[in-house]
Parts: sequence; C-alpha cells; structure tokens
Amino acid sequence: MSFDVLFSQFMSGIARGALLFLVASGLSLTFGVLRVLNFAHGSLYMLGAFLSYSIWKFLLMPVLGFYLAAVIAALIMGGVGMIIEFGLLRRLYARGWPEQLLATYAIILIITDLVKWAWGGEFLSIPRPRPFTGAVFLFGFPFPSYNFFIIILGLGLVVFLWWLVYKTRLGDIIRAAAQDREMVSALGIPIPWLFTWIFVLGAAIAGLSGAVTAPFGSVALGMDIEIIIECFAVVVIGGMGSLPGTLLGAFIVGQVYAFGILFKPELALAFIFMVMAVVLIIRPWGIFGRPER
Amino acid sequence: MLEVKEIHSYYGTSHILFGISFGVKEGEAVCLLGRNGAGKTTTFRSIIGLTPPKSGSIQFRGKEIIGKPPYRIAQMGIGYVPDTRRIFPDLTVRQNILVARREHKGAIWDLDRIYSLFPKLQSLETHMGTQLSGGEQQMLTVARTLMTNPELLLLDEPGEGLAPLVIKTMEQQLGEIKKLGLTMLICEHNVGLAINLSDRAYVMDKGMIHFQGTIDELKKHEEVRKKYLMV
Ligand SMILES: Nc1ncnc2c1ncn2[C@@H]1O[C@H](COP(=O)(O)OP(=O)(O)OP(=O)(O)O)[C@@H](O)[C@H]1O
Ligand SMILES: [Mg+2]
Repeated sequence: MSFDVLFSQFMSGIARGALLFLVASGLSLTFGVLRVLNFAHGSLYMLGAFLSYSIWKFLLMPVLGFYLAAVIAALIMGGVGMIIEFGLLRRLYARGWPEQLLATYAIILIITDLVKWAWGGEFLSIPRPRPFTGAVFLFGFPFPSYNFFIIILGLGLVVFLWWLVYKTRLGDIIRAAAQDREMVSALGIPIPWLFTWIFVLGAAIAGLSGAVTAPFGSVALGMDIEIIIECFAVVVIGGMGSLPGTLLGAFIVGQVYAFGILFKPELALAFIFMVMAVVLIIRPWGIFGRPER
Repeated sequence: MLEVKEIHSYYGTSHILFGISFGVKEGEAVCLLGRNGAGKTTTFRSIIGLTPPKSGSIQFRGKEIIGKPPYRIAQMGIGYVPDTRRIFPDLTVRQNILVARREHKGAIWDLDRIYSLFPKLQSLETHMGTQLSGGEQQMLTVARTLMTNPELLLLDEPGEGLAPLVIKTMEQQLGEIKKLGLTMLICEHNVGLAINLSDRAYVMDKGMIHFQGTIDELKKHEEVRKKYLMV
C-alpha cells in the first residue's frame, strides 16, 4: 500500500469526520441537556439539505447563493426545531424512553413523507461553490478543496461550541442543567426556555450540516437514516453529551470508514460498529462520557 | 410572608404530608424540627415546587404558588438550599456562585458581598465544585442560593454532617444573613444550629405538625422534645 493511497484515505476520513461532527454535535448537545435521544436529528439534517437546494435554486445568485441558502436553511430548521420542541418534545421529558423513541420516530416518518411530497424521490445536487471548486495540493497530492471547506466549518463549530459551553454564562447553565436540572430550576432559571433554545440550536446546526452536504454528493431520501446511524456510533464511542467526545468519536468513525472502504467496501459500516462494540465493552459510557447516575 | 395551609404531598402513591399548616412572617427565622423521615425535606420540596402538594394551599406574599414551576417560585423570591447541597460538579466554585445570579431591584448580593461573608470561597474560587470539603460545600450551596437575592431562605439541614466547629461558623454566617433582614425557614433533626437562630419553632413527625410555639416554649415542653426530638 503506497503512501499516497493511505494519505488520501486519511484526508477523506478527516473530511467525513468533520461532516459527522457537524451533525453529531447537535445530537450530543440536545441529549446532554434535554436527555432526549432525538432519532429525528438526521431528518432535520435531510430537510435542511432539501431546503437549501430549493432556496439556492430560487436565489439564482452565482457565488453567494450557496452560502446564503445554507444560512437561511439553518435558520428555517431552527424554527422547525422550535415547533417540534414546543409542540411535542416538551410533553415527553417526564415520560420514559419508549415514548420518546416513538415520538421522534414519528417525526422521521412525517419529515420523510413531507420531503417525498415536496421534492419527489429524485437525487438533487448543488455544484461546488466558489472558491471551493478546484483542488488543493498537499504533499503534491490533490484533494477536493470543498473537503477543506467542510473541515474548516467543522473546526469553526468546535470553537463556537467550546466557547458557548465553557466560556459563557449560558454555558455554565447548560453544564449545570446537564447534571442537575431540578436544582437549576430551583435557582430560578427557566428550564423550559433553556430546553427550547438548546433544541433550536441543535436543529439549526443539523440544517446547516444538511445544506453543506449538497455539493458533496447527492441530496436524497434515505440520507437521514444513513447519517443518524453513523452519528449514533460517533456519540456512543465518544460519550453522549460530551463535546470532546463527539470530536474524537467523529474522527474515529471517519477514519474507520475511510480505511474500511479501502479494505472491504461492503463492510465499511460493519467496521464502525465493531469499533463501537469494543468501546461499549471496555467503556459502556463512551470514551469521554460519564456513567449515568 | 409564607402561609402554608393543609397541604398533602405524595411521592408517587405514598402519602407523606398529612395536612401540614404553618406560617412565616417577614423578618422572622422559624425552624421546622423533627426526626429523620418526619417530612421536613418533603415540606421544603412542596414549597419550592419540586414535589407539588396534591391539595391545600401555599401562599407567598398573598399569592398562591402551588402549581407554579420551581423556577417561577424561585423568581418570586424563595431561595431553596437543599440538604444534599447539590453543587454542580463540572463548574468551578466561582461559576457555581455566578450561575445563580439574578439581579432585580433591591438586590443586595453580589460576588464581593458573598466573598466577604464566606472568605474561604474566594480562596477556592478556581476549584471544581467536587473538590470541596463538606463545610465548604455547605457554604457554597448557601452562597449560590443567596445570589438569587431571595426574600425567604429555605435552609434544609445546614449543619448536617459537619464538625461542631464548622457548624458554629455556619451558624455565625447565617446569623449575619439574618441581620440583613432575610426571612428564614430552617429545618433540622438534631436541635442545635436551627434553634439558636430561630424565633419560633414547629415540631413535626410522620407528616404532621405536633407543636408550635416560641423557642422558650419549646424549651419548657420537655415531653414534646422527648417524644418527637429524642433529646
Ligand atoms: N423520593 C421518595 N420517594 C418515596 N418516598 C420518599 C422519597 N423521599 C422521601 N421519602 C419518604 O418520605 C418520608 C419523609 O421524608 P423526608 O425526606 O421529607 O424526611 P425528613 O424529615 O427530611 O428526614 P431527614 O431528617 O432524614 O432529612 C420518609 O418516610 C421517606 O422515606
Ligand atoms: Mg430531610
């Protein structure tokens, strides 16, 4: 196996990891604070992708169109997130896991049908936006420069979330509520609003992530389930609710997938779940996670 | 200021409080005494809204508070200091204090004032919440609730599990807070700190109130103390 092949797989694994981080960070944040496992997170991502496609088509702007469409799609998904939290999820916090699972599964079905109805079953795609149309050379090997856009976006989100969670008062409240929401509430902090805004943030990040995958490959039905399965692997490996854990989990899953494809493409997903199983055996709460109290 | 009438509280299906009634007037310090399992913590949880009573009434400054979520009750001016302290482990001492900050008119508590009352906390500022001793944790949980600028302070066993010397310090510090005009409701099972700070006492057992009176009256009623407090 030559260096260029390994290196190129490594780099594509990094790009895939960055995309997984974009999606999984929202999932992990929502779980960490709300303690609701949102199976429909992938559907928010898918809806964001379809929305950005239509907004991009409608805008018809050469360079800015793509970026503007992504931002608008993210904002709309934030709004959708608010409707979902307000209309459905907040009724379920006190209920058990089975009800939460059923309810979020219902959202998956609703969004799937909505997308089928509005966009049909076609594969849609947006051309790579300028200035990320060409290739970048690293050690003399070419890589799609759009991959670097995704990597930079992922790193940007890491910095933003780190700042939000560890450097702001809201972050103090988030970390306190993740551990003892009852006490936070008894201190006069409106937990219901906190939960709404966390869910809105998670949904907006999912929408943005969906939007930026449009130039990657194809926007299509089924992309929701595909991403959510890998995101679960990411958060289980890294530890639910942990920001550094999600980052490490995304890196690992991205790499395992990239090299898995190299050795046995049919088993790429299986390799990911083998790693997940090993982590679960050694550390059931994930690498950076904490045992449930 | 606080008027509790005939409340019945439950954990699931187990009936814990059987028609508790008592009151706290502005500026007073009142203690709620009773041995382990008497229902003191449940009474506090009922007031702050964590275990809302199924019937009865709780009025704070003339407004009914049963049915309101805990954050609303806290915003109205009730500060709850839990028995298990419930320090946020991922936050530093300073963050634990500041996370609760709520400013409104008439607010008197800020970081400086907290640190002058609890100098120990200033020197531990950057430590994580979990790295504190029991006494330090108790100071921190009181400090954190004070930052919400409450008018009525509910203190659940502030001396529990502390060394006698530490209890004395805590008692002095709570005395200072009382002098600032804060109304207090303190509960305890071993008569000590609470009785020294309080003007009046209620004694409860098995979810019911069995005695009420001034501290002097309680001291005279030996049979009440024998029967319900084991002293
Ligand atoms: N979460 C719970 N679920 C069911 N029963 C409970 C729960 N918490 C307390 N109890 C029961 O309620 C009764 C009153 O408990 P509570 O904690 O109010 O007593 P307390 O007076 O605060 O006692 P202590 O001095 O030990 O703190 C006890 O019989 C206890 O076993
Ligand atoms: Mg108690």
